[in-house]
Amino acid sequence: MSVIYVLLAISIIVAVFFFIAFIISVKSGQYDDAYTPSVRMLFEDELVHEKETPVKNKQQDKIQLNKQR
Amino acid sequence: MDRPSCYHCGDDCTKTRIDFDDRVFCCNGCKTVYEIFSNNDLSYYYDLESSAGATPNAIEGKYDFLDNESIVGRLTEFNDGNMEIVNLYIPHIHCSSCIWVLENLNKLHPAIKSSQVDFPKKSVRITYNTIDFSLKQLVLLLGHIGYEPNISLEDYDNKKKPVDRSLLYKLGVAGFAFGNVMFLSFPDYFDLSTSDVSGGEFWLNRYEPIFRWLMFAFSLPVVFYAGRDYFISGYKGLRSGLLNIDVPIALGILVLFVRSTLEIIFDWGPGFFDSLTGLVFFLLLGKFFQQKTYSFLSFERDYKSYFPIAVTRINAKGAEETTQVHDIKKGDRLLIRNEELIPVDGILINGKARIDYSFVSGESEPVRKESGDKIFAGGKQLNGLIEMEALKKVSQSYLTQLWSNSVFRKDTSSTFQTLTDRIGKRFTIAVLSIAIVASAYWLYTDPSRAMNVFTAVLIIACPCAIALAAPFTLGNMLRIFGRRKFYLKDIRTIEQLAQIDTAIFDKTGTITTSLKSVATYEGMPLTPEEESLLKNTIRASNHPLSRTLYDLLNEQNIITLDEYEEHLGQGVEGSMGDDHMKVGSADFVGEQQIEESTNTAVHISSNNVYKGKFIFHNEYREGLSEVFKTMSETLQLAILSGDNDGEKGRLEQLVPKLTPLYFHQKPEEKLEFIKALQQQDKNVMMVGDGLNDAGALAQSNVGIAISENVNVFSPACDAILDASKFQQLYAYILASKQAMNIIKLSFGLSLAYNLIGLYFAVTGQLSPVIAAILMPLSSISVVAFTTVMTNLMNRKLT
Repeated sequence: MSVIYVLLAISIIVAVFFFIAFIISVKSGQYDDAYTPSVRMLFEDELVHEKETPVKNKQQDKIQLNKQR
Repeated sequence: MDRPSCYHCGDDCTKTRIDFDDRVFCCNGCKTVYEIFSNNDLSYYYDLESSAGATPNAIEGKYDFLDNESIVGRLTEFNDGNMEIVNLYIPHIHCSSCIWVLENLNKLHPAIKSSQVDFPKKSVRITYNTIDFSLKQLVLLLGHIGYEPNISLEDYDNKKKPVDRSLLYKLGVAGFAFGNVMFLSFPDYFDLSTSDVSGGEFWLNRYEPIFRWLMFAFSLPVVFYAGRDYFISGYKGLRSGLLNIDVPIALGILVLFVRSTLEIIFDWGPGFFDSLTGLVFFLLLGKFFQQKTYSFLSFERDYKSYFPIAVTRINAKGAEETTQVHDIKKGDRLLIRNEELIPVDGILINGKARIDYSFVSGESEPVRKESGDKIFAGGKQLNGLIEMEALKKVSQSYLTQLWSNSVFRKDTSSTFQTLTDRIGKRFTIAVLSIAIVASAYWLYTDPSRAMNVFTAVLIIACPCAIALAAPFTLGNMLRIFGRRKFYLKDIRTIEQLAQIDTAIFDKTGTITTSLKSVATYEGMPLTPEEESLLKNTIRASNHPLSRTLYDLLNEQNIITLDEYEEHLGQGVEGSMGDDHMKVGSADFVGEQQIEESTNTAVHISSNNVYKGKFIFHNEYREGLSEVFKTMSETLQLAILSGDNDGEKGRLEQLVPKLTPLYFHQKPEEKLEFIKALQQQDKNVMMVGDGLNDAGALAQSNVGIAISENVNVFSPACDAILDASKFQQLYAYILASKQAMNIIKLSFGLSLAYNLIGLYFAVTGQLSPVIAAILMPLSSISVVAFTTVMTNLMNRKLT
């Protein structure tokens, strides 16, 4: 009947794994700003469309801007 | 009529209109930002939110101090020679367009590696290459696109405050343990009073000790880490002779833990580890909920967030150099440009000064100073360039000295006793006496159960639901107020607001608005031609008074003047055909007999004949007299103004009769006034707006700062009220009182649960499963009750 030890060990290991994941996510600051990522998430899709414009053009524009200053 | 509004910032473009690229702009600044964005593939900015931008201000020269290596070193977070990371506070951040454009700064300059916006804090963290780029260039770039960062002395002084995440960790630990202990308790729940002998499930009974010791292991971090604060606070309370609510909570946790541990050691039973971890988890949840912070607002600001980091000093050789404000010594010669702040007390040496002291004294009228006059720190120069000699160091100036007053160091939080704590005192005494009486009874009848009953009473009476009532009610109120633009520092402020019996108001900026003013004309009537010429003369002037007057005058056709000249600090003159008009100060228009007037006036002369003057009045906030009238029914009111008494007559008509009005009040006098009232056992609310009210705001029981724009500076206070919600102030006070009633009702609710639990405890029948059901049930019903009640109240507030 020592399978109960295995089951308990597995359940605790899984629980501790998630607990550690939680601690790491708090430590890295994921919970400090819970708002911006929700907005940022929506940008990514739009950005892909933006990138369809030729890259060369973009760089020329940048140089132009630098000259202005 | 549909007015054209600026494509970039959304302002009205009727006065000046620039058409560019099929779009309308209100000024060249906005047009330039549009050009920068569209040239750099950033026009998606306008698709996200329409007219989200801000007009860029002229900032050339303002950030010269960022050339100074040591200042840059203090401001940046990380610096390794060719890479720098800086965290900038940008007040204008307000929508998704802002996030998008600031996170795509790398498109504007290749040296910017990455940028990340923290929207609630309104800050952006930028990583950039320093090889051909610098912080100054970065700040200027941000300024050019209308996102000028706010860099103040405060950024320079405090290095990054460490973020306190301990509550999140504790909540995580308690939740983790709670879940696992519940899970491990299941064998006991389903297999209550069986054992090997009575024929229960063999495997559950066989392995019972493992389950129990595992629960014990899980409860250790909960008691000694997550619940630590309750022991500390309870101990502190006892030591200072106060029975706060944390005393019975700490007692409950301790008894739960000790009894459960003894039970499993001697195999008496399964213990109450599930109730123990659940209790701590719910309590921490309450703490977490009440911790609503407005991270973009600061309630602790002092003069440092208002002062610049550096000023221009003229060194011995006569050359200009940038110097840090803290390095200014007595005798230094400083150069103050237009719109710059005077950092120290000093003597004016050169130039004509017109200084706006509204932030220091509340005086709305700028003061004229000649060379040799003394000028004070905190004033803003409004009239071109001046040179001054410093007389003191920054920290010793008249204004900054206010902060050395003891009110700014006193921790008021320890002196105020919350409703929960007052209840907690009686509660503890009652619970302890019930426990003692019950165990005395059992000692007499059945001594073996006396200890059981004593601990059971302490366990079941642990005031979890009482401790949750205030955090959830007030936490909810905090959010409701926040949505209505009334931002409170913490939940304690609501309790104090509910007890207010005296309300003191500042005048300038608090009950008057800086956005509007009214002017009345005195003198000879103007002919239509003169009116037209007057309007067209001041049209070109950018002086605030001209802009106000322009908006007040009737619409006139726009005519091109033959001649126009602006005399800085004096007035403007314009001529059209044979007509000539002068608008400005009395001297300027040639009016000799100047009457002493306490109000601001603009004088007018036509063809060198004095015509009359426009007198400007403070415009009081809409609904002021109604607000005062309703408030005076239950509160004592007074007005403390730093200004002169020129408005006394008008004010007396607006406010209820016999409202005390005090004028010429210095910042310290305001503070003393509040203190004197408090010594008469009054609970004083101070409503103010500027640095001059800072002392009074700190001294009062509740200090409320009124702000036209909550992102801009407001002094240290307990609450910030958006000016547009001024009329609601009294409704908010009443709502706080109602919130306190909700808390009292939920105390009743939780006491009912406690009585049921006490019945089981006193009769010696408390089993773990009853405790495990009763405790969460009482907590959840109190939370549900307070949430429903506060939301009902939310609907009533308009």
